[in-house]
Amino acid sequence: MTEARPGLSRRDLLRLGAVAGPAALAAACGWDGGPALEPKLRAFSRINDWVGEKILFSPSRMAKEYPLSARTPMQNFPSYSITYNDSGSFPSVPGPGTWTLNVSGLVRKPVRLTLKEIAALPRTTYTVKHHCVEGWTAIATWTGVPVSTIVAMVEPMPQARFLRFDSFDSGYYNGWDLASAMHPQTILAYAYNDRPLMMNHGAPLRLYSPIKLGYKMTKYLSAMSFTRDRPGGYWEDQGYPWLGGV
Amino acid sequence: MTTDPEPGSDVVASPQRPLVKRYAGVVRLTHWLNAVFLVGMIASGLQIYNAYAHFGVRGQPLPLPNPLDGTSMPHWARLGGWLAGGLNWHFLLAWPFVITGVVYLGFLVLSGEWRSLVFRPRDIGPAVQMQLYYLRLRKEHPPQGKHNALQKAAYTFIVVLGAIAALSGFAIYKPVQLAWLTSLFGGYELARYWHFVAVWLFVGFTLLHVALVLLVDPASLRGMITGWYRGRFPSHD
Repeated sequence: MTEARPGLSRRDLLRLGAVAGPAALAAACGWDGGPALEPKLRAFSRINDWVGEKILFSPSRMAKEYPLSARTPMQNFPSYSITYNDSGSFPSVPGPGTWTLNVSGLVRKPVRLTLKEIAALPRTTYTVKHHCVEGWTAIATWTGVPVSTIVAMVEPMPQARFLRFDSFDSGYYNGWDLASAMHPQTILAYAYNDRPLMMNHGAPLRLYSPIKLGYKMTKYLSAMSFTRDRPGGYWEDQGYPWLGGV
Repeated sequence: MTTDPEPGSDVVASPQRPLVKRYAGVVRLTHWLNAVFLVGMIASGLQIYNAYAHFGVRGQPLPLPNPLDGTSMPHWARLGGWLAGGLNWHFLLAWPFVITGVVYLGFLVLSGEWRSLVFRPRDIGPAVQMQLYYLRLRKEHPPQGKHNALQKAAYTFIVVLGAIAALSGFAIYKPVQLAWLTSLFGGYELARYWHFVAVWLFVGFTLLHVALVLLVDPASLRGMITGWYRGRFPSHD
């Protein structure tokens, strides 16, 4: 071999390092972006929310329904609660027997609904796949009243653009875009697999929708309010994508 | 190792072959950008995987091999710090990753450069010869153009893999809105599986790619950085 090999000159290696270095550094040590980059990451996430809401979301596209035989065995369907994580017991209804859903905010006719009144409204039931942000899925039947029914009842004002769902689970809450809330498969569910909603799944009433990730479906509902400004959310405020649409 | 193919041209013999332009600026730029974005995509993806290191609907594991089932990804290989950070990095880097890929593909098509890169049926015979050469069952290096047939196979594969990785990613991202795409991958759980398999194919390709560049054609590294090449292979078909 008589030839010089110009392929790996020192200068070239330096150039390569200039490119590969930041990549390796970025990947190293489970870096979270640091306090300087983290707000920028969240700001960019809003662009993805916009694309998800305005371009990819269709108000008339239905999530696939499954046969009852596809249901995930109940013991395999995980359930989370902030209160449970903190104290080991699920949140219980404040003032049993007096629970109501308070619907208010930018509406003409605010109402307080009892579970009986909600259960008397026309119901929707479906067997759908649940998508968790962590990556797991599970299939179950949910029964409840479409959020759109409640919306029609309270007559939101034109300036209402978002819906805020509050729970009695340690301050858990979620903000929703109205289009997703008005989707026919977005319901206030009071039954899971044909039984009254159990404590671990958000009794007595929870938000459910197969077009959203699990963390958007507020459990242990206590109130919904129409707002002009975009409400955050328990996990959304900590960095989860706000839209959470699937 | 190599012999000069022009034994008569030694009057004022340059000790080196002439420098030739081998890689266009677009190719070099997208190549290195892709390297950076791919590292970020994989690292943030492993952070996301860490949240639930299994495949299949709850209670029904996918009957497909996953040696990393339940494995926690090492801290050094993750980007984002926790699930939300991993997601935000992943969905940020996905944009330049896809754009870079599309720019590169567009260049391949518009420049006609795809001809020296895409593996076609007529490359099967030469690929076998090349493999025989690597296995030392054939003495001389088979004649080749800009890339040998095995390179064409590898580079075609990696472009297809990039497309599969991106498309399966969208299938996982919006399994309801893009249900048609998700079902092309066999459903959400399988799309997630293929997305994960793609990671290890990328890692395997990259290791082999870097090893072969350094062992077989180190001059091409300079070529991919500066565009100029003084190696032993032709730079045009």
